[in-house]
Amino acid sequence: MKNVVWGLVILLIILHQDFWFWENDYAVFGFIPMGLFYHAMISVGAGITWYLATVFAWPEGVDNVQPEYVEAEDKK
Amino acid sequence: MSDGLTRFIIIILYLASLLFLGFFASKLFRGTKKDYMLASNSIGPFLLLMSIFGTTMTAFALVGSSGEAWKEGIGVYGMLASSSGIIHSLCFFLIGVKLWALGRRFGYTTQIQYFRDRLQSDWIGVLLFPILVGLIIPYLLIGVMAGGTVMNQMTDGAFGEPKRNPPKFENLSEKATEISGIYKNAKLALDAENEEEVEKYLGEAKAKIIALHDGNLPGAPVPQNALPKWMGSLLICGVVLIYVFYGGMRGTAWANAFQTIVFMILGVVTFVYLSYAIGGQKDKGLFENLKAATAKVTPETKLKSQIGVWGKVAKDSASDDKGVAIKANVLAKKLKPVAELKEFQTRKQMSFLKFVTYMFIPLSVGMFPHLFQHWLTAKDANSFKISVIFHPIFIMIVWVPCVLIGIWGTTTGYAGSPNGILVFLVKTQTGAILGGFLSAGILAAIMSSLDSQFLCIGTMFTTDIVNHYAPGKYSDKQQLWIARAFIIGIVAVTYCLSLLSISSVFALGVWCFSGFSALFPLVVASVYWKRLTTAGGYACVIVAATSWIAFFYLATQTGSIRTYTVNFGEYQTMPVVWMILASTVSMVVVSLMTPPMDEKHLERFFPTKKVN
Repeated sequence: MKNVVWGLVILLIILHQDFWFWENDYAVFGFIPMGLFYHAMISVGAGITWYLATVFAWPEGVDNVQPEYVEAEDKK
Repeated sequence: MSDGLTRFIIIILYLASLLFLGFFASKLFRGTKKDYMLASNSIGPFLLLMSIFGTTMTAFALVGSSGEAWKEGIGVYGMLASSSGIIHSLCFFLIGVKLWALGRRFGYTTQIQYFRDRLQSDWIGVLLFPILVGLIIPYLLIGVMAGGTVMNQMTDGAFGEPKRNPPKFENLSEKATEISGIYKNAKLALDAENEEEVEKYLGEAKAKIIALHDGNLPGAPVPQNALPKWMGSLLICGVVLIYVFYGGMRGTAWANAFQTIVFMILGVVTFVYLSYAIGGQKDKGLFENLKAATAKVTPETKLKSQIGVWGKVAKDSASDDKGVAIKANVLAKKLKPVAELKEFQTRKQMSFLKFVTYMFIPLSVGMFPHLFQHWLTAKDANSFKISVIFHPIFIMIVWVPCVLIGIWGTTTGYAGSPNGILVFLVKTQTGAILGGFLSAGILAAIMSSLDSQFLCIGTMFTTDIVNHYAPGKYSDKQQLWIARAFIIGIVAVTYCLSLLSISSVFALGVWCFSGFSALFPLVVASVYWKRLTTAGGYACVIVAATSWIAFFYLATQTGSIRTYTVNFGEYQTMPVVWMILASTVSMVVVSLMTPPMDEKHLERFFPTKKVN
């Protein structure tokens, strides 16, 4: 699943280069130009992909980190 | 009460609320250096999301996004916003979480502390410190100048009625009829798809309008009896300094969260209000007005509106009613010629390769020192999850309305600089109260970045210079005051620079980000590449800095630092790509040519996985 998540991130980066909608002037819902709507959906897709990343590709060894240094702070 | 005064009062109330918030946060201050600089690593998921988002969204998020859309069309969203949604979260996920864990283990407060330890070199800090501070100063400058400009524009007439003599043009009716006729011809040429003819007629109309203004292009009126720019900038700096001084990182995080909520809500409210104002369908619903506003953006409707508005000037200026005639003269003074008929709702005029290579600029967040400091404030690694997921969505919520407002602005005859379009629309299309609140929203976006940068600069100086070279010499309290004094020094320098009215300061933003991006390979390699050596780290920083200077010099020679690209024939690329390539190659080559770092040292950063 981890590889699928990273595949989705790469897919997002590829889909971001949308030369296929470059000159498309169709207005989605009558008011959002296609190039803007498409990239707004890329943002939504990014949110979903990063959700999957936090579930399936969360880095190991970061959840129980303990300080390995001595605090040398003056108290108030 | 005048509109300017109403807006001024709302802005002052907003600034006062921030001071109150800073005062409240100071009550929670534990008096230690760690609490002042890192909020004792106690920031939870929601506050981390809001403070990181507020920090990365500068004045550019509201003012610049609408301005760039007004100038270049909808392509700016893909170029700057959706790419940031992917890349920023990628940096938080791959770099932020790892650095947070290392910071928690080894007690870092600043980036330089981390690099000194990771690369086992004292001098890497000496090399990085001026580069990082040097790259932050123009970034601060953008905020300070934008704050002053917004305050000045929005308080026009706050302290007395502006005295502007109504313009009086000779034979206006005749000239306006002529201009309207030229636009009619341009429209016919456009219908016939004769681009050459269209350009010719647009040139003719422009020449007539310039002649009408005695050889000048019409411009937006200069605010009168308003808060001066220098005072606006000073007020913004003062308020941010006070809440950063008293609240430290905790105050900054709270203020950021509050300001992020403010500018997100006000951004959406303004969008709805402007869609009614520009759509012009008063008796219809929001959806119909949204459609009507976007429909006006096409070249055809743009020409039609010019034909109509000049026709109206021609008719009204010949009216017997003096009031109507004066209004027609006032309107004629504002009308700017159509420079070119861009298709703002497509990316027809945008270079595809430039669009692709712009994606390297958001990598800069991986090297922002103020963001590093925010990452270290997290209570635990899980606190990052919400930031990683919602950052792209939040960008969309802020940017999509601003980009639409920007392209709608192309239909209003606005004549000033791109960064003034939002302020212009709010001033002319909304009421004084909403205008005041929106001004507060714009200032919120500006200040939510300034505070973190102020705090970060003080922290870096205290930690990486004072405490590093004179360990144990100063108590926590003394170090806090040293940090505050250094912040005042840097803010004073920035403020003085802002008084010089550097016109291309917004252009510097992209160069700042490019500089941080050029250093990005260093942070990635330090976290993921065991083979990185001290010499490789130096090579990366030195080549990043020299390539940045070289490209910046080339840009100044071309006379256009704002739009500079590295071109291969007709293909345009952003210089940042070549900076990153140069710094990466030098880092890898030099690292591989020098002996690897000590295994025992590397074990601290890349612990061997234990097999159960």
